[in-house]
Amino acid sequence: MTETTRKKGLSRRTLLKSTAGLAGLAAGSGAITGFPYVMSAEPKVLRYLGTAVNEGDDISKQCLKDTGIKIEYITATTDDVTKRVMTQPNSFDVLDTEYFSLKKLVPSGNILALDSKKIKEFDNITPVFTKGETPGGKKIGGQGTAPWKVLYLEGKDSKTFSKTATEFVTLIPTVYNADTLGIRPDIIKRPISSWAELLNPEFKGKASILNIPSIGIMDAAMVVEASGKYKYADKGNMTKEEIDLTMKVMTEAKKAGQFRAFWKDFNESVNLMASGETVIQSMWSPAVTKVRSMGIPCTFQPLKEGYRSWASGFCVSKGVSGAKLEWAYEFVNWFLSGYAGAYLNRQGYYSAVLSTAKAHMEPYEWAYWMEGKAAEKDIKAPDGSLLEKAGAVRDGGSYEDRMGGVACWNAVMDENDYMVRKWNEFIAA
Amino acid sequence: MDTSEDILQQASPDLVRGSETARRSKAARLSPSFISWLQAGPMMLVFLAFFLIPLVFVVIVSFWDYNEYQLLPAFSGRGYTDTFEGCIAQLPDLCTIGRTYVKTLKLCVMVWAITLFIGFWVAYFLAFHVKSKTWQMGLSLLCTIPFWTSNVIRMIAWIPLLGRNGLVNSGLLKSGLINQPLEWLLFSEFSVVLALVHLFTFFMVVPIFNSMVRIDKSLIEAAYDAGATGFQTLVNVIIPLAKPGIVIGSIFVITIVMGDFITIGVMGGQQIASAGKIIETRVNALQFPAAAANAVILLVITFLIITMMSRIVDIKKEL
Repeated sequence: MTETTRKKGLSRRTLLKSTAGLAGLAAGSGAITGFPYVMSAEPKVLRYLGTAVNEGDDISKQCLKDTGIKIEYITATTDDVTKRVMTQPNSFDVLDTEYFSLKKLVPSGNILALDSKKIKEFDNITPVFTKGETPGGKKIGGQGTAPWKVLYLEGKDSKTFSKTATEFVTLIPTVYNADTLGIRPDIIKRPISSWAELLNPEFKGKASILNIPSIGIMDAAMVVEASGKYKYADKGNMTKEEIDLTMKVMTEAKKAGQFRAFWKDFNESVNLMASGETVIQSMWSPAVTKVRSMGIPCTFQPLKEGYRSWASGFCVSKGVSGAKLEWAYEFVNWFLSGYAGAYLNRQGYYSAVLSTAKAHMEPYEWAYWMEGKAAEKDIKAPDGSLLEKAGAVRDGGSYEDRMGGVACWNAVMDENDYMVRKWNEFIAA
Repeated sequence: MDTSEDILQQASPDLVRGSETARRSKAARLSPSFISWLQAGPMMLVFLAFFLIPLVFVVIVSFWDYNEYQLLPAFSGRGYTDTFEGCIAQLPDLCTIGRTYVKTLKLCVMVWAITLFIGFWVAYFLAFHVKSKTWQMGLSLLCTIPFWTSNVIRMIAWIPLLGRNGLVNSGLLKSGLINQPLEWLLFSEFSVVLALVHLFTFFMVVPIFNSMVRIDKSLIEAAYDAGATGFQTLVNVIIPLAKPGIVIGSIFVITIVMGDFITIGVMGGQQIASAGKIIETRVNALQFPAAAANAVILLVITFLIITMMSRIVDIKKEL
């Protein structure tokens, strides 16, 4: 799903290195002057590994102010986060990752589930995660790695997902969204209502999809199904034949020159769309907002086949215990207490606990972002920049409509290995 | 090997003779061969620790098995068999890996030929047409200016220039030369080759220039006196003597381009396959043994190319 510029991550990492150095120095000098006090004076620091979605500097500043916990961000791309959990589980404390990675992470034993009894707002978490339905009672499409399928473990150290609710939660939900195609209405000049349009020869050389195989193939499957070529039992868990069929359709389109470029990170998708290289492509909500804030018309187009959704949440590294584990709970509880949720909602994502986020937002903001109503006042981003003028309505409408319209979730398939090979074949075609 | 002392003796025989006694007692403890081992030692250790040992690990891991989340240290050829999947069944069509390497080699040959052509003439100009040493230095430094920014930025800078609504297209449209923007300027083989040539020509210039400045000018004068034309001098004197530089530059460019996936990815709109890209996709899917197998294949192929090139020119002899 999301990753901002690598550069940003790098500079952050360098910053982290130097702060770590300083911390080491401080600890060293502390050990000389007064050893017995070192423990009690230990600052509350948590190393936070994740993609850039949740990692606002404002969030960490506010967290330090409210709880005294200092968050050190380690920013990486979705793939690199997973790689790091596998290979260096001791290099982070708190992990913020996507539900679909759990099929890889949980069997590795490198992460610890959190105890739902210690999460104050756990019962207020949106039923999207716990029941697979919207607060209004709409059933949500469950194809792929839907969060409610992998939310609970059978026991503390179990590697089996539980079908019923237990107190051992794999990931405490933080942020999620419903993704669809972004379009340039000023260039297309006609209504777009189906995923099938992505492969419409009308947009030859002007379409794009994600170059992250596990997400790209889901978009491809939405297209194949929309064009009536095939109906999958589960788009998020295809058989080998289904993978072949999907990739065949995509390969033909690629050979015919349908795609301008594939994109891999947030900024690439913004640049492609803003420069007019593409006019229709799979996209993320804040990327659409960003194009729009550059003064270029861009719509996050709701489509009749529904959205492809994703969700992230918190767990901790297996190396975390004792006081550090308590801080981790404190941090997760703080994260769900409203400030961070409101921050995410204002970016066009959704927060896990709606009630607390609502309390931290102005009524007109809530009405625009969550209820699909026309903006009463200008809508501003968390950093204060103007996103939408008064009167604008959010693409796709309300939370109920958007989350209720989800058809499938980002997934890791059983045939993932085969799929990756086929993806390489697709690129080579 | 007794080189160091010989050299010292040649350079200043008095000095060596003066310290005869001290030298003898030292030599009794440190044999010359030990000294040369000591001299070569640091480089050897670095080479061992940061190249050979990791390489051995890569080869070992390439024969392991794997599942979704871990390496399984049991012998398996799966990394290789998966990679060559369909190579026989799909004949006469090429399989994925075949197509990928054909594409990578094609890009590699194009970039090599163009960087060689440009690099050779830039070096030729610097070595023979610029007379003053100061200007030679100054102009060589000028060649390094693109290296003052990161290669990612140098690469990305092409995008607003070559895009559908980019500078080149809008310029051509306004001048009336074309009616439709040229699509092949960006996210195409053209843009990949352009960016790679831009990035790596300098790696050709330096070694060729280095070879050329060491050519004895009297040889060129002799050729001229013997009645050779400029072209004959170039073909029979300069090119043969600049060969080591050409080969070293070629090795630089070919090894970099064979392994590149970032430039090909960004400039090719992620739609062009490359050997490096396959490895990246595999690593990202946590399929490390498969990635290692592909790395070994890439290494073998690159190594073969370089062996062939050093067959043409014996670099050790020429240096």
